[in-house]
Amino acid sequence: MEASGVGSERARLATAGARATVAAKLSDRSRRDVALNTAFAALLLAAVTIALGGLAALLAQAFVRGAPALSLDLFTNTPSTLRPETAGFRPAILGSLELIAGVVLFVVPIGIGSAIYLEEYADKTRWWNRAVEVTIQNLAAVPSIIYGILGLGFIVRGPLDLGFVLVAGSLTLALLVLPLVIIASREAIRAVPDSIRQGSLALGATQWQTIRRQVLPASVPGMATGVILAISRALGEAAPLLLVGATVFVTFDPTPFGDGFSAMPVQIFDYAKRPQEAFQTLAFAGVIVMVGVLLAMNSFAIWLRNRYERTW
Amino acid sequence: MVSPRLQAPGPRHGEKAIQGLLALCALLSVLTTIAIVLSLLGPTIGFFEVVPAGDFFFGIDWTPQFEPPSFGVLAIVAGTLNVALWAMLFAVPIGLGAAVYLSEYASPRVRRTVKPVLEILAGIPTVAIGIFAVSFLLPHAIQPIWPDDLLGGAEKPFMALAASLGVGLMVVPIIASISEDAMSAVPSGLREGAYAMGASKRKVATRVIFPAAISGIVASIVLAISRAVGETMIVLIAAGSTPSFSLWPNEPVQTMTAYIAVIATGDLPTDSIDYKSVFAVGSLLFLATLAMNLLSIRLVRRYREVYE
Repeated sequence: MEASGVGSERARLATAGARATVAAKLSDRSRRDVALNTAFAALLLAAVTIALGGLAALLAQAFVRGAPALSLDLFTNTPSTLRPETAGFRPAILGSLELIAGVVLFVVPIGIGSAIYLEEYADKTRWWNRAVEVTIQNLAAVPSIIYGILGLGFIVRGPLDLGFVLVAGSLTLALLVLPLVIIASREAIRAVPDSIRQGSLALGATQWQTIRRQVLPASVPGMATGVILAISRALGEAAPLLLVGATVFVTFDPTPFGDGFSAMPVQIFDYAKRPQEAFQTLAFAGVIVMVGVLLAMNSFAIWLRNRYERTW
Repeated sequence: MVSPRLQAPGPRHGEKAIQGLLALCALLSVLTTIAIVLSLLGPTIGFFEVVPAGDFFFGIDWTPQFEPPSFGVLAIVAGTLNVALWAMLFAVPIGLGAAVYLSEYASPRVRRTVKPVLEILAGIPTVAIGIFAVSFLLPHAIQPIWPDDLLGGAEKPFMALAASLGVGLMVVPIIASISEDAMSAVPSGLREGAYAMGASKRKVATRVIFPAAISGIVASIVLAISRAVGETMIVLIAAGSTPSFSLWPNEPVQTMTAYIAVIATGDLPTDSIDYKSVFAVGSLLFLATLAMNLLSIRLVRRYREVYE
C-alpha cells in the first residue's frame, strides 16, 4: 500500500517532470517569436480587411452617389448629351440583352460540345489534343482588348466583314467567354465518375448514348454555373465593344444587324467621362444597376452549384 | 429466350458523325487563336513598312497625332509597366496575405463566407472599378497621404497610382483564389508533421505551406501580371491619356491597352497609319501576355503533378 503510494508519487513526479520538460521545449520561444507570431496574424487579417474594405467602399460609393438618379426612368429613357436629368439607359440595356442572347446561342452548344470532345473522346496522348487544351487555357487569359482587335480585324472587317453591327459585338464577346465555358463544362463532366460510364457501356449503350443519357444530365448544374459566370463576364466587358462599334449616342432600340448599338458598360463609361455632376450621378446609378444584376447572377450560380452538386 | 447480340448490327455512322461534330467545336478554339494571329499580322506588317522597327521598339516618344508622328512604343510600354508594377506591389502582399489567412488561419465558417465575397470582387465590371479609382481612391485614399514634396506632389486629375490601385483591387481575388487552392492542396500530413514538431502557425505557414505551394503561388502572380498588363477600362478611366516614359506612380500615363481603345474607337480608315498602329501595339501586347500565360499554365501543371 505504502510502497505503491511512493511508486505512484514517483510516477506522478516523473510525468510532471517530463511534461514540464516537453512544455518548456515546445514553448521555447523568445518574446520576439511570440511578438512576430502576433504581428504576422495581424498582417494577414489586415490583408483580408483591405481587400474586403475595397469592395465595400466601391459598393458604398456607387450607392451613395448613384442613389439620387435611381428610378424607373433609367430603364425607359434614352441617352442625351445635353439633358442628364432625362437621360437613361434604355438602348444600352436592350443592347446588352441582345448581345447576351447572341453570346448564349453561340457559346452553349459550342462550349459544351468542345468540353464533351475533350473529356470523352480526345486521346490525351496525342499532341494535337494537348495543343487544343493549351490553346484554350491561353485563350482564357488573352486580354479582352485583343478580342476587340480580333473583332475589328476579322469580324467587322476582314473575312466576315459584318460591319459595325450588334451581331459582330455578340460574336466577339462569345469568343471571349468561350474558353471559360469550356473549362467549367470540362470540370463538370470530369466530376461524373467513370463507373457510371462503364455501367452504361456494359449494358450495351453506345458511347454517345452514354454521354447523352448519363454524363450530360449529371453535369448540367456544373455547366449551367459556368455559363452563368461567363454571361456575367460578357455583360461587364466594355473594352472589346469599343473596338467593334459600340457607340453611345444610340437613341433607338438596337436591332441585330442595324448600324449602331450600345451596351451598359459602354454607356456607363461615356457618362462617367463627362464633367457634369448629373452625368456622374447617372454613371453611378448605372453601376448600381449592373452590379445588382451581376450579384444576382453570381449568387444564383453559387446557389445552383451548392444545391445540385452531386457527390458520388 | 432472346439470343444475345453483343456486336453492333452495322457500323455506327451516327456515332462517328457526332464525334466529328464535337471535334469541330473544339477546333474552333484553335481557329480563334489562328484568327487572332492572322488579324494582328497583316496590319502589323503594313505598319512596319512605314515605320522602321528600330524607331518603334527603341523610341521613347509616342506622339502619333503630331506631324511628323513618332511611334516610340517604349513610352506606352513604360505606362503599362508603371501601372502593372505598382498594382502588383499592392496586390501581391494583399492577395497572398488573404490566401494564407483563408487557408491556414480562418475557421471553416469564416472561409466559407469570405471566399465567395472575394470572388464577388472578381465579378465587378472593370468600368465600375475604374470610376471608383478615379473618383474615390485618388481623392480620398491617395492624395491625403501623399507627401506634398514627393516627386512633385499628387494634386493631379489623373495619375498612374489611381489606376494601379484599381487594377490591384481587380487582381487580388485572382492571386488569393489560385494561391489558396495551391495551399489547400498541400497534403495535411506535412502540416500536421510540422505542428507535431512544435512549430507555430506562422512557421508552418511560411516554412512548410508556402514553399510546398510555391509553383501555384507563382502561377497566380504571373496570371495576375498578365491580367494587369491587359486591363483596359480601369487605365482608360483613371490613368489619364498622356504617354510618358516614366515609372513614377504620380505621373499620368497611357498604357498600350488604353492607346488601342482610344484610337480604335470609331470608324478609322483601314489604310491609315493610326489603324495599323493599333495592330502593331496589339501584337506586342498579345506576345507579352502569351508568354506569361504559357509560363503560368506550365507552373500550374507542375504543382498538380506533385500532389495528385
